[in-house]
Amino acid sequence: MLTATKISGQLEFLYGIMAEFDDPESLLAAARRAYAEGYREMDAYAPMPVEGLADAIGFRSNWVQRVVFAGGLVGAVGGFMLCWWITVIAYPHNVGGRPLNSWPAYVPITFELMVLVACITAVVGMLALNGLPQPYHPVFNIDEFARASRDKFFLCIEASDARFDPDRTRHFLEQLDPREVMDVPR
Amino acid sequence: MKPEDQETSALATLDPGPDKVIGPGHDYGTVTDEIGGVVLRPFLKTPPQLFIGFACAFLLVNLFMVAVTWLFIRGVGIWGIVIPVAWGFAIVNFVWWIGIGHAGTLISAILLLLKQDWRTSINRFSEAMTLFAVACAGMFPILHLGRPWLAYWLLPYPNTMWLWPQPRSPLIWDVFAVSTYATVSLIFWFTGLIPDFATMRDKAGNQIARKIFGVLAMGWRNSARHWARYQKAYLLLAGLSTPLVVSVHSVVSFDFAVAILPGWHTTIFPPYFVAGAIYSGFAMVLTLAIPVRRWYHLEDLITMRHIECMAKVMLGTGLIVAYGYGMEAFMAWYSGDQYERYAFVNRMWAGGYWWTYWILILCNIAIPQLLWSRRVRLNVLAVFLIALVVNVGMWLERFVIVVTSLTRDFVPSSWGMYYPTVWDWSTYLGTIGVFLALMFLFIRGLPAISIFEMREVVHDTQTEHANGD
Repeated sequence: MLTATKISGQLEFLYGIMAEFDDPESLLAAARRAYAEGYREMDAYAPMPVEGLADAIGFRSNWVQRVVFAGGLVGAVGGFMLCWWITVIAYPHNVGGRPLNSWPAYVPITFELMVLVACITAVVGMLALNGLPQPYHPVFNIDEFARASRDKFFLCIEASDARFDPDRTRHFLEQLDPREVMDVPR
Repeated sequence: MKPEDQETSALATLDPGPDKVIGPGHDYGTVTDEIGGVVLRPFLKTPPQLFIGFACAFLLVNLFMVAVTWLFIRGVGIWGIVIPVAWGFAIVNFVWWIGIGHAGTLISAILLLLKQDWRTSINRFSEAMTLFAVACAGMFPILHLGRPWLAYWLLPYPNTMWLWPQPRSPLIWDVFAVSTYATVSLIFWFTGLIPDFATMRDKAGNQIARKIFGVLAMGWRNSARHWARYQKAYLLLAGLSTPLVVSVHSVVSFDFAVAILPGWHTTIFPPYFVAGAIYSGFAMVLTLAIPVRRWYHLEDLITMRHIECMAKVMLGTGLIVAYGYGMEAFMAWYSGDQYERYAFVNRMWAGGYWWTYWILILCNIAIPQLLWSRRVRLNVLAVFLIALVVNVGMWLERFVIVVTSLTRDFVPSSWGMYYPTVWDWSTYLGTIGVFLALMFLFIRGLPAISIFEMREVVHDTQTEHANGD
């Protein structure tokens, strides 16, 4: 039977099946059960960060800190080399007989450039790893999903998952005591 | 506050009192609606105070445009700067504005790392304040250059003159520190706004608003994976901004401390400048937050607890500043150096500006001591007035440091007075206008309180409620 929110049987048009919850605790419990059930291709949506939620859906590797470390290193080395290159190579200038390589005076610029490059990589890296900016995503096809940025919590099991089956997955999600279960068209 | 006091208070229904960071009865939806509603209100429903405030600020913006245009035509000679006081209002205002900017980063970064629950309602607001204050600050050194259109010469870039900036000079450190600070403040503020842009996109009824917020949100969809990376990036930004905020005003103080002028050549400058910056920054946050909270009836989100905590930070940093003044005077005497000693005699009674020093002491040290009293801290009007007084006091502090020290250096034959002209005042008042106009636009156009972080506060409050009392 096809309802407004149900398009099962037409797998190629289906992005996934989404369950809606009232509070972060139910979402967290549901995500844990879905993971235990063997689902891997899924995502949880909440209007604020929920502790443990990324873990529950099996998200482990967090590359952000590594990218930021690399950025900070590039900034610091670049900043120091910039000062060194200017004062020693490009524009040597004898100030009161002090050595050309007057490294203590390079510390502020080295530090500032380290922070600058690290901060820019933190934001750009975070957005890039998240795949943003992204003009279109199927989850927005559901009107109710607008509340994911307000007060509702969603769990979406995606059709690309190996264990995904339109009827069984829907049945499984219905057992988790959601407010509603919806099909997400692609 | 006793319960009966709360009953009699006009704000009894809104303000939960000095112990709570959020009013009763809020859930995820209501905080979203209350903060988002401020932005999505129809244009004509904007509080009239905001229109009037913006109109006044916009007048000052025009004054600024006139002053800067005249400056570009005639050069810095229209200002009162002379030899020996070549650093007049421009540098006083630069240091004042950049100091004000420091509270925003302190609130968003340091208080985040210290897990202070009261930071949430005010962090977005003070980050915006930081951004606009740094924008005002950044204009002054450029306007002071003489040939402002050549400001890019300060940056190290390959050029046909084969010239490079001098990386051993604190003035070049300053270029790097201030431009890094401005950039990091901007991306910190924008990153904090991304999830709220998504909220506004989903809430907006108006198609144009929806499109604008949609573009700014960049397709943010509140996914748990995104949140995990987002939180990590945000925490790292906070961790990086914490030493940055300390470094920026330290570098600004090096502009003075590295020079040999008596009154400038002091090792206490970096910590005492940083404390002063936070002091003036909190004063400015209070100056702005108190009226806005009233106009938009946000008393249940910016509660008395926020006001009281900020008043306490002001008192604490004010005491550090007072220690700085005392130690400066002590070291001048203890050094036995006659020029250092004279710099103080000059500051306190011998020079032409002795009265600025005593008004400074009155504004920055004497009057803020009222904040020791809890009754004063819980009186919004009193806190507002004290914050205004501190704003004035901190401006005078920079005046005393920059101008009074320069008027009388080593040789009496090179002494001279400095008198600001109408263009000095116009430029200064003009930047206040620029700052306020940007603040008013920000409050009207973007969520001034972080919505997603307020949802976290709601969640924590509910969990506490469920677990305990």
